[in-house]
Amino acid sequence: MTSPMIKVSNVSVVLGGSTVLESIDLQVQQGDSLAIIGPNGAGKTTLLKCMNRLVVPRSGSIEIQGHRQDELDQRDLAKIVGYVPQSDGNSLPFSVFEFVLMSRYPHLSPFASVTTEDKDVAYAALDKTGTRKFAERPLDTLSGGEHQQIMIAAALAQGAEVLLLDEPATFLDYRHQVSVSNLLKELHTKESLTLVTVTHDINVALQTSTRIIALKEGRIVFDDSPEVLLESGKLESIFDTSFESLTQPSSSVPWLIPRGSGDE
Amino acid sequence: MNNGLKITFLGVVALAILFLSPFAGMQWISLRELSSSSGDEITKEIFWTLRVPRVLTAFLAGSTLALGGMTFQALFRNPLATPFTLGVASGASLGASVAVTLGFTISILGIGGTSMGAFLGALLAMSLVYGLTRLKEGFSTGTMLLSGVAISFFFSSLILFLQYSADLYNAFRMLRWVMGGLGLVGYDSLFNILPFTLSGVAILYFLTHELNLMLAGDDLALSRGVDVNKVKRILFFTVSLMVGSVVAVCGPIGFVGMMMPHIARKLVGADHRWLTPATFLAGGAFLVLCDTLARMVFAPAELPVGILTAFLGGPFFIWLLLREKVDRV
Repeated sequence: MTSPMIKVSNVSVVLGGSTVLESIDLQVQQGDSLAIIGPNGAGKTTLLKCMNRLVVPRSGSIEIQGHRQDELDQRDLAKIVGYVPQSDGNSLPFSVFEFVLMSRYPHLSPFASVTTEDKDVAYAALDKTGTRKFAERPLDTLSGGEHQQIMIAAALAQGAEVLLLDEPATFLDYRHQVSVSNLLKELHTKESLTLVTVTHDINVALQTSTRIIALKEGRIVFDDSPEVLLESGKLESIFDTSFESLTQPSSSVPWLIPRGSGDE
Repeated sequence: MNNGLKITFLGVVALAILFLSPFAGMQWISLRELSSSSGDEITKEIFWTLRVPRVLTAFLAGSTLALGGMTFQALFRNPLATPFTLGVASGASLGASVAVTLGFTISILGIGGTSMGAFLGALLAMSLVYGLTRLKEGFSTGTMLLSGVAISFFFSSLILFLQYSADLYNAFRMLRWVMGGLGLVGYDSLFNILPFTLSGVAILYFLTHELNLMLAGDDLALSRGVDVNKVKRILFFTVSLMVGSVVAVCGPIGFVGMMMPHIARKLVGADHRWLTPATFLAGGAFLVLCDTLARMVFAPAELPVGILTAFLGGPFFIWLLLREKVDRV
């Protein structure tokens, strides 16, 4: 049997004196489209960052494709795992193409400059994300949605097999929310990418993922398919609020509206 | 014009400035005076042992300070960061002031007591900043910047104390040192700076891809495969040694380090593969020009070059602040 893409074993994280994650066990298999949900402060982003060594756990271990993560060279890790951070509204003084090309870094040898092959990979990433038309534009002229698509393109150009996405569609207008969600679905099905997405939006998780993990107070309280999450009482216990479920005519997945805890 | 052409153009201008500056000064020297065997020996002496080494040292000092600024601006993602912000200048000034107070006059390997004190002071400041940053979890640039500012203030108070308690002669020597200047004789200073600059430039050139990615912040650089903490340490110590060696010889010449990377960035953009040579050339040429002016404006008296760079740097600083949009580094 092949090793899981990411294997998190008994991981605990302490940040600034408080325990953010406690005894997390989790396996991400190749081809998963996994959503991590949970209330604010549950440790969603921290768990995502652990998978990419952006946060180092206090205890426990993480394996990437069977290799101990702490023994992997940073470049080798980057060849497997790509990261799309939450947009901070800042952009760099580069053109879209220059920025995407910069993600070829893990494949460059010291002193070497980018090759034609690197450029081809960067253009292919722009094609896959439908952003080639922006190639020559400066990054700071892009809208939030376009910027997010470029961040995804850059992670693709990096050659990563797993994308870790932190709130990829938050703060985007409706049109761009849809286009980013569609892009991720397409990358999952057509490019066979493994996706791990942190989102606070339960509907995004239901629409786009094949598996959902819920964190609450630093612990995993749910790990199953979206269908199971919809069973009575599950969501209420995670978010401490009840939800109304609306049937969508165009989809078998219901649309959830938070209703309050009843005592408000 | 593409960046290759721009760098070539900058290189030609820098060479022209380097070549012409030794001829300018309180007294102009002509090529004929140098070449003819009948030429005045004193003039030749002034040209070869005073002006040429001074111009070359100014060039190296300017390019080193500018490269230091460029690197720290990328490292801290802050357009105002320079090694001076992190305490190199105050450390060096404290070292020099201590040397003056204790009367160190011994010269080792052509390096005078004050210079030695200044170099050690700069290294002490940087080591303290590094140590304080390490004390906190991780290796945060924010902590580093704040430690640098705190160390600067602390050292400044010690410098003021030393100046206050010194006799008039020593107080003036300390004050004069802080103004920065290139009133040096012979090639010793040049050879003292040269190894630091050369190895520093090689290291920076080796790390241009990393510098570009660091502009995106620690998280993104890490996730692209940059060993961020290692690169930060290398850059921090490389720049500290480079700038420390310059400050030891020339005093804390201000604003070159902050100003020239911005000008170079306007010329060739933010990509460090182009920005590094552009900053090197622009920084060197600028300090040579300033020093030549400093030798000429109040001739026969010489103006400390630090006064001139800060005089030009102040208005630039304001221009930078008031511009519609401050360029992100």
